[in-house]
Amino acid sequence: MPAAITIHDVRHRYAEREALRGVSFEVQEGEVFALLGPNGSGKTTLFRLLSTLMPLESGAIWVGGRELKKDPAAVRALLGVVFQSPSLDKKLRVDENLYCHGRLYGLRGATLRQRVDEGLERFGLTDRRRDFVEQLSGGLQRRVELAKCLMPRPQVLLLDEPSTGLDPSARAELWRSLAAARAEGVTVVATTHLLEEAERADRLAILHEGRLAALDTPAALQSAVGGDTITLRTDRPAALAEAIGAELGLAATPLDAAVRVESNGSTGADLAARLYSRFRDQIDELSIGRPTLEDVFVARTGERFD
Amino acid sequence: MPSPANHAPPTGAVLALAWRELVRFFRQRNRVIGGLVQPVLFWLLFSEGLKQNELGYAHFFPGTLVMILLFTAIFATISVIEDRNEGFLQGVLVAPTPRFAIALGKVLGGAAIAMLQGVLFLALGLATGAATLSGPVDAVLVLTAMALVAVALTGLGFVIAWRMDSTQGFHAIMSVFLLPMWLLSGAFFRRGAEGWLGGVVAANPLTYGVAALRWRLEAGDTSGLPAEPICWAVTAAFAAAMLGASWWVAGRKG
Repeated sequence: MPAAITIHDVRHRYAEREALRGVSFEVQEGEVFALLGPNGSGKTTLFRLLSTLMPLESGAIWVGGRELKKDPAAVRALLGVVFQSPSLDKKLRVDENLYCHGRLYGLRGATLRQRVDEGLERFGLTDRRRDFVEQLSGGLQRRVELAKCLMPRPQVLLLDEPSTGLDPSARAELWRSLAAARAEGVTVVATTHLLEEAERADRLAILHEGRLAALDTPAALQSAVGGDTITLRTDRPAALAEAIGAELGLAATPLDAAVRVESNGSTGADLAARLYSRFRDQIDELSIGRPTLEDVFVARTGERFD
Repeated sequence: MPSPANHAPPTGAVLALAWRELVRFFRQRNRVIGGLVQPVLFWLLFSEGLKQNELGYAHFFPGTLVMILLFTAIFATISVIEDRNEGFLQGVLVAPTPRFAIALGKVLGGAAIAMLQGVLFLALGLATGAATLSGPVDAVLVLTAMALVAVALTGLGFVIAWRMDSTQGFHAIMSVFLLPMWLLSGAFFRRGAEGWLGGVVAANPLTYGVAALRWRLEAGDTSGLPAEPICWAVTAAFAAAMLGASWWVAGRKG
């Protein structure tokens, strides 16, 4: 599959600080791609470079085969960009925002009207089209923003921390919209500092201190960290951990009212069955957990994710 | 997949951005007050207060007209800063719209608002006899001068506002630069001041716009004013230069 975005050895400095220190990767056409990183990891800098908001100083970026540095206008025509703070004019009505945006992308006449109507319909905004944007809730504003950005039919939709300020239901709705856009062939790239959000992506890149720390599907990254983790709830963690170590030869960590066992090698279910049959009288509760993206981050960077 | 054109046709973008300025203006009543009522009030107060000094309604009319254009231009271009802070501008900057279209849309939109307010005030001047138009040629020339001054001042405001991140900064510039520029344009003091003040007045491009209006409106004393062809040349050059400067700043990063 061809690459929607190719990023090659991109570096960026702000006066004293080196925000990006040579980042290279590709985003495939038609995937949902997350750029995960804590604050200061360089993901927002990369977003600003990709969106053409900031000039590229070093390295190269291609979007849809067009080189960003040589031909920013062509790249802009391929992109839909959703900023963290909505780029809506709050003094304008919902449909007025869409009309204005469409004209900036060269739409006009019947095509423009049709696209505006389609966008409103698709995002359930038809009955709100004459509302002033400033009177809408954050979730609704986000919907207008998405309708607006998808109206010129971009090949790539770029989003910066899209779920900032959204409640859980609006967040779920946002991700449904992104999945729907992807189903139509739009490549979706979103920056995020939320681990649970990155898990929804097809693939994700983890940025840390301006470098690429990991790049793969969430499942592959998680399984590469190690096997499942089993947590046993018990009254006597120390004694149980010691017994597991002595009888099964496994590294068991006593915690507060629980014991954690890493299932290196065997699957979590097999190990759980063995533990439960051997120590059933000492176990109040048993749970199997998969490594989280936080575990991935810790394993790849040696630092906590925050 | 269709190959996208490098740029969207700029006319649509220019008109959309200019239209947006007008819509926003009419939805913010306080801007009408700031841009029109305040200068009219000043005109009444100056004219009444300085009547004894042979400076009356006619003398202050062209200057007040330019003040209306100036204030409206300021209010229109301050919105560049708001657009930047509220995020709207980001969306425009990443659109496949050439930068000159962004600058032109803003300046033409702002200038159109200024013209609307200016024409209302002109009507007031004609009705009260403070200004006179002796024929259709004068009417066209007065409107042309107003349009050139409006474009020049909106362009100047755009250039100042483009790199600013706070409206407070703009207010400071307004107090120390834009208002003195107006005061020293022949709008307030009579032409012919001696010494350095006269030099500043002569060097101020706005002087020639005020003078052009004074000539054509037969408002106030025209003795000592720069010759009319010079007024037109400088005013047109001022508008072209400010339009070019807006294009140039918008084309630079940020």
